Amino acid sequence: MDVTLKVKRYDPESGEAPHYQDYDVDLPEYGAVLDGLLAIRDEQDGTLSLRCSCRSAICGSCAMKINGRSRLACKTMVSQLKAEEGDVISVEPMGNQPVIKDLVVNMDMFWDKVRAVQPYLLPEGPEPEKEYRVSNESMMELAVAMNCIMCGACVSDCTVLEVDPSFLGPAALAKAFRFAGDPRDGHTQQRLAAYTAPSGVWDCTRCFMCVSACPKDVAPMERIMDIRVMAIDAGMTQTRGARHVEAFASSVKHSGRLNELGLALKTFGLLRAAIDLAPLGIRRLLRRRMPPLLHKKIATAKNIARLFDRLGV
Amino acid sequence: MRQHQVIIVGGGLAGMRAAQKAQEMGADVAMISKIYPTRSHSAAAQGGVQAAVSPDDSWESHAYDTVKGSDYLGDQDAIEILCSEAPDDIYALERMGVIFNRTDDGTIDARAFGGTSVKRTCYVADQTGQVLLHVMWEQLLKSGLTLYSEWFVTRLLVEDGRIAGCVALEIPTGRIEVFRAKAIVLATGGIGQVYNPTTNGLVVTADGQALAYAAGATLMDMESVQHHPTTMKANGVLITEGARGEGAFLLNANGERFMEKYAPNMKELASRDVVSRAETLEIREGRGIDGCVLLDLRHLGRDLIMSKLSQIVELARDYANTNILEAPVPIRPGHHYIMGGIKTDVDGRTWDVSGQGRWRGVEGLFAAGECANVSVHGGNRLGGNSLLDTIVFGRRSGAGATEYANGSDWAPTSEDALLADQEAAVKAIFDRPSDGLRASHVRLEMGTAMDDGIAVFRNEEGMQATLTRVRELKKDYGRVSVHNRGRVFNTDLLSVLELGYMLDVAEVIAVSALNRRESRGAHAREDYPERNDEEYLKHTIVHRGADGDPVLDFLPVTMTRWQPQERTY
Repeated sequence: MDVTLKVKRYDPESGEAPHYQDYDVDLPEYGAVLDGLLAIRDEQDGTLSLRCSCRSAICGSCAMKINGRSRLACKTMVSQLKAEEGDVISVEPMGNQPVIKDLVVNMDMFWDKVRAVQPYLLPEGPEPEKEYRVSNESMMELAVAMNCIMCGACVSDCTVLEVDPSFLGPAALAKAFRFAGDPRDGHTQQRLAAYTAPSGVWDCTRCFMCVSACPKDVAPMERIMDIRVMAIDAGMTQTRGARHVEAFASSVKHSGRLNELGLALKTFGLLRAAIDLAPLGIRRLLRRRMPPLLHKKIATAKNIARLFDRLGV
Repeated sequence: MRQHQVIIVGGGLAGMRAAQKAQEMGADVAMISKIYPTRSHSAAAQGGVQAAVSPDDSWESHAYDTVKGSDYLGDQDAIEILCSEAPDDIYALERMGVIFNRTDDGTIDARAFGGTSVKRTCYVADQTGQVLLHVMWEQLLKSGLTLYSEWFVTRLLVEDGRIAGCVALEIPTGRIEVFRAKAIVLATGGIGQVYNPTTNGLVVTADGQALAYAAGATLMDMESVQHHPTTMKANGVLITEGARGEGAFLLNANGERFMEKYAPNMKELASRDVVSRAETLEIREGRGIDGCVLLDLRHLGRDLIMSKLSQIVELARDYANTNILEAPVPIRPGHHYIMGGIKTDVDGRTWDVSGQGRWRGVEGLFAAGECANVSVHGGNRLGGNSLLDTIVFGRRSGAGATEYANGSDWAPTSEDALLADQEAAVKAIFDRPSDGLRASHVRLEMGTAMDDGIAVFRNEEGMQATLTRVRELKKDYGRVSVHNRGRVFNTDLLSVLELGYMLDVAEVIAVSALNRRESRGAHAREDYPERNDEEYLKHTIVHRGADGDPVLDFLPVTMTRWQPQERTY
């Protein structure tokens, strides 16, 4: 199976700007993109640098952008890409992280964010002599998050991190869920408070990029939503995020539509809304994009309220 | 020059456990790993970890199964420690956060595995190694361990038979530095890439074994190389023994459950050496399919497969284009593990503390995990005992190293000379013409030769051919060159250094295998098909002679309570 890999090259020692280099390789039927890269490195061009080890999607070393999407090179089958996306496959280093050389990125920031969520069990009270007695279900719920191999694909594709590097990001927050949801942990309240602080779970825009990038079905965004629900259930309703959710639901429930101005006021409070959102408001006014102060009533809005009541929310 | 009391080389389970213990005991400890610790190959262990935690089980039963599994080559004092300390270590891991599968009453569940008389394998679905590795890593983040990630150790420093430190290359910058240490624990894992194919990752290149051998330590039972019965044809990747533990069948081309013939009682759950031989015979006698037999999980049902074996659904889909819910997956035996390794005592020490000099070691040098040989696995390792080995003997070697370091002085080192020496070694590789041999080609030649001659079945002629080929390749090594002469993340240079390590170890494996003229455990010889306790109930030991060639000797096996018996499953 012949394929062309268009590889983004960068060598800080060469003085050259990043550029693309095409390589033609011949691969067996079940060849992965990683096999192609190894064939290049081993036979054609030993100057190509990449990280890889297990070849079976468990070590998390070989995340990179393949045809523009972050994936594991060892788990991305060339035959499938050829069939679905064409004969030339582009390979680039992960995004949102500085490149060291070729396909190798500096993951210091990634690990710093993971460290920031206190990623270890913090039990309270006396330890049992043997194991903690917990249900199988409670453990297997965490297995979804434990599936994370820390490859960085989600962080690479995260649209929030692109504009706000202070965001904890999908990998760290999925890891955070693993502890916030662990019945053996004794710091759930403190964890939820920390994870709902600015740069935490409420900064996720629910774009789904991390869900589609994750090679292990961790679905980091779902774990972020899990933490949001846990925090609200624990009474943490005074964060901007929680107020936003509450205001959103309340507006829809009572009027059948979203009152954007009301949403802003309830989320930020009058003073912060006036200060923080003033530039946005002025821009929208100038472009005649200001939402109306008063909405037309919807005749059947009561039905929406009834739906809410029936769902008990 | 950097300086730490205790340096752990390797960031897998054994290394992390050793580091954790050393830190707990107050040592100034640092870890050097050529990859970020979570990338370590411990993550690939799928099925589980053995420990007699069930109320109807006992550590003695675990020990007996392990002794029998080892074909009586394991040291029974070490096996007693492994099995009796196992439950407490498993509980400790649980309290650190491992999410083991549970029974109905919330205690740790156990599944069946090969060669065990009861269900004894604690597990987290089919991701046990990964979960253990990540939880140990969490503990290291908690404790703030000093980590030199992506540093590659190029040599150990020995002064007057004592460890003085090591030299390492920082991969992202190419900088070379001298590390001073009172004690070093090698925990670098296996030798996988010496073979082709192998289940092991590309980073598993015999580093620790080669470093210890070059420094004057002893390698023991290196002929004991395990082939796992269920690996995939396309790339050698592993399918967990947990599949058979949960009840999967092995079928030949006629659809027969052939293990009924070879192991009437245990069938698919006989120990790995037995199953790998049976598969090889079926394939040789024409009852295979394209060099494979079939692993059939269909009768287990979707629910069980998806909840306990979901990772292999993915693996079979990606690398064999097979939906295991609907069709059997072709598998064959493939290189998986080495029981042999750096000779240590039960505290990880590579030297003989009795003062009798029964084997050669380096004072202050410790080893744990797959790179070490304590020896608990002997001629054949039981599934689930390798994770346990890393946890128990990782801990013990971390403790041993700390105690040793506390009671010893710093050995002298000469930084400038060492740095100049190492820079010169790198320069010598860079100076070779670019059109020389590629490391990848020599590695493939070596891997193929090892797979041809020293795999599931062996004979004098085949092993001799392998040894001859490996020695030719060792001569070629001086002509292996690089394309990349840069400093930054030069994996081309690394592949040359790793190849040097692997060739040394391949030679020791071949020499050791030729020397054992009997069949024991994974060392199955067609020319000597029987076990010969009279002559060979003893360990093979090898050290590097003054001329660089391996020097062979033997050590007695330690027996405590189990005398050799015929081994049937």
